[in-house]
Amino acid sequence: MAVTKDAKEKKATKVQAETKFSKETYMRWYEMMVLMRKFEEKAGQLYGQQKIKGFCHLYIGQEACAAGAITALTKDDKWITAYRDHAHPLGLGTSPNAVMAELFAKATGCSKGKGGSMHIFDKEVNFIGGHGIVGGQVPLGAGIAFAEKYSGTKNLCICYMGDGAVRQGALHEAFNMAMLWKLPVIFVVENNGYAMGTSVQRTSNVHDLYKIGLGYDMPSEPVNGMRCEDIHEAVARAAERARNGEGPTFLEFKTYRYKGHSMSDPAKYRTKEELEEYRNQDPIESVRYTILENKYATEEELQAIDDKVKAQVQESVEFAENSPYPDPSELFTDIYVQKDYPYIME
Amino acid sequence: MRTIQFREALREAMSEEMRRDERVFLMGEEVAEYNGAYKVSQGMLDEFGAKRVIDTPIAELGFAGIGVGAAANGLKPIIEFMTFNFSLVAIDQVINSAAKMMSMSGGQYSCPIVFRGPTGNAGMLSSQHSQNFENWYANCPGLKVVVPSNPYDAKGLLKASIRDEDPVIFMESELMYGDKGEVPEEEYLIPIGVADVKREGEDVTIVSFGKMMKVALAAAEELAKENISVEVVDLRTVRPIDFETVLKSVKKTNRVVVVEEAWPLASISSEIAYNVQRNAFDYLDAPVVRVTCMDVPLPYAPTLIEASLPNVARTVKAIKEVMYQKA
Ligand SMILES: Cc1ncc(C[n+]2csc(CCOP(=O)(O)OP(=O)(O)O)c2C)c(N)n1
Ligand SMILES: [Mg+2]
Repeated sequence: MAVTKDAKEKKATKVQAETKFSKETYMRWYEMMVLMRKFEEKAGQLYGQQKIKGFCHLYIGQEACAAGAITALTKDDKWITAYRDHAHPLGLGTSPNAVMAELFAKATGCSKGKGGSMHIFDKEVNFIGGHGIVGGQVPLGAGIAFAEKYSGTKNLCICYMGDGAVRQGALHEAFNMAMLWKLPVIFVVENNGYAMGTSVQRTSNVHDLYKIGLGYDMPSEPVNGMRCEDIHEAVARAAERARNGEGPTFLEFKTYRYKGHSMSDPAKYRTKEELEEYRNQDPIESVRYTILENKYATEEELQAIDDKVKAQVQESVEFAENSPYPDPSELFTDIYVQKDYPYIME
Repeated sequence: MRTIQFREALREAMSEEMRRDERVFLMGEEVAEYNGAYKVSQGMLDEFGAKRVIDTPIAELGFAGIGVGAAANGLKPIIEFMTFNFSLVAIDQVINSAAKMMSMSGGQYSCPIVFRGPTGNAGMLSSQHSQNFENWYANCPGLKVVVPSNPYDAKGLLKASIRDEDPVIFMESELMYGDKGEVPEEEYLIPIGVADVKREGEDVTIVSFGKMMKVALAAAEELAKENISVEVVDLRTVRPIDFETVLKSVKKTNRVVVVEEAWPLASISSEIAYNVQRNAFDYLDAPVVRVTCMDVPLPYAPTLIEASLPNVARTVKAIKEVMYQKA
């Protein structure tokens, strides 16, 4: 992640050095996001080599959306998202080995090779998937929050979705009930501008997605999805409301995916200039800049982090390569809790 | 004869019907500007314009219902589901509205609509993206369900489905869109509800449909080497089912194996087995055997997919079983 002098100067005009957050927070963001980025770049490469199959959706460009929220919440809070799901668990602490092995369909993957790229789950870090039906996870997020409220905890659920998902009926039903019952849930739309080849503008007259929450009197706001600082603050505010029994919040993170929708999408429907505009606000570059400006770390120290992460990702690839595929006998496991369920065999 | 891809055959069917009948339009996710998620509708926006080739938001329940309403009020919609896995979001409008319109209104309102898109597994996509609902839809009176197995059938059947005055579920496959087959330039239609004997044989009958026809035909080819003569019946339509053709074949061969991609319980194969035992019991020399997907959600790993899906080896084994031969 070397920042050229040129880029640095460009940034200096745009980004104010931050002091609101601690050095530790910046360093966490940096390392987390570098891991997400390098992991996804590697996954993209491996997909090209057919080591990873099926549908594979990369998070490159959107890293702040996960990282900024992770530092604003506690380890007991619950997470759920759609199929663009490698980065959230990585940020939460899931081992890259387990995620990479899942992408490789290996038995050592976090879903034992049964879920694949779209269905990363990790109970250890309270990451409840990884869902493939657009919008399907939105009521689930409300339900997870319902369970927390019902059980009298102070925990909440943060429920992510894409801009395409906000047009699903399920979202509207869930928003209404979440608000009616003041469920401790933070709904987040990662508005990266497109649902496959369809821009937000082509799906509705309502282009400011946060306004969808207002129809249910839900506190809702737009957030710069390229900035960890803004995301952290917005999520922290929403979390406080949720924990105080004031119910849900709807946050629109305005972000961008640098790559196509999935590995098979050449993304011809958008312009180079549009992509450049967002690349110029790259969340990793921006955090890096602040770290250097504030002397939280030196170039060399950041380089050491980059190298460490690179090695970690490389190790995950080796781990995945060397792991076995699930044994065919695994076909009849993990379907029911009941151990002796009588499957139809012929 | 010229050969074209499955996706081209579908496109020709839709385009020809749209040229012929102003009331026909195509609606679904990414069908217009992106030219279709699987390029089935490539170029159709250019020819027919945005009035008749319509991109929707990701809102299956809504646009399926809009299609049903439009059909009841005189139009002939083709509603594309990006895959039939996502049709479950819309299934209320298909079952409770489209399939019931005629009956509820005492015949005053019909619902001439086609819901189409790919069904079944398409490689390593895991359980939410690898499902067969042919038997689910076929279970519902008021619907017709068509599942073609090659480009020729796909074109003729889709044209017939679009012209049909009742709601038709038309199920394709991602894995077949690139398949090539002979399709004449001249117009033709294939009637809904008529099975097709794709290979004649004497010793045993395989009944199948859709993508599994490839497995059935490959198994028949394999067994020919061992001098076992297999007749292969392609149902082409699973509601209504052409039992007559099935029974005729079974009465000739006296043995039957059904190959189906869906889960076994209450499947098309269950129905075939019931019908055959009910109407050709005395002709059977062995119990009906079926080859289906295993009774589990289809996972992501290739080893598990291999262990679950119907394949040639399992089909060959099933045939030897009904012939009382050692595998
Ligand atoms: C109900 C449903 N319909 C269609 C699809 C196919 N599909 C998968 S992703 C996608 C686009 C979703 O875009 P968005 O919600 O913006 O998320 P992003 O990919 O941008 O993260 C579509 C249409 C699906 N998975 N589920
Ligand atoms: Mg999007």
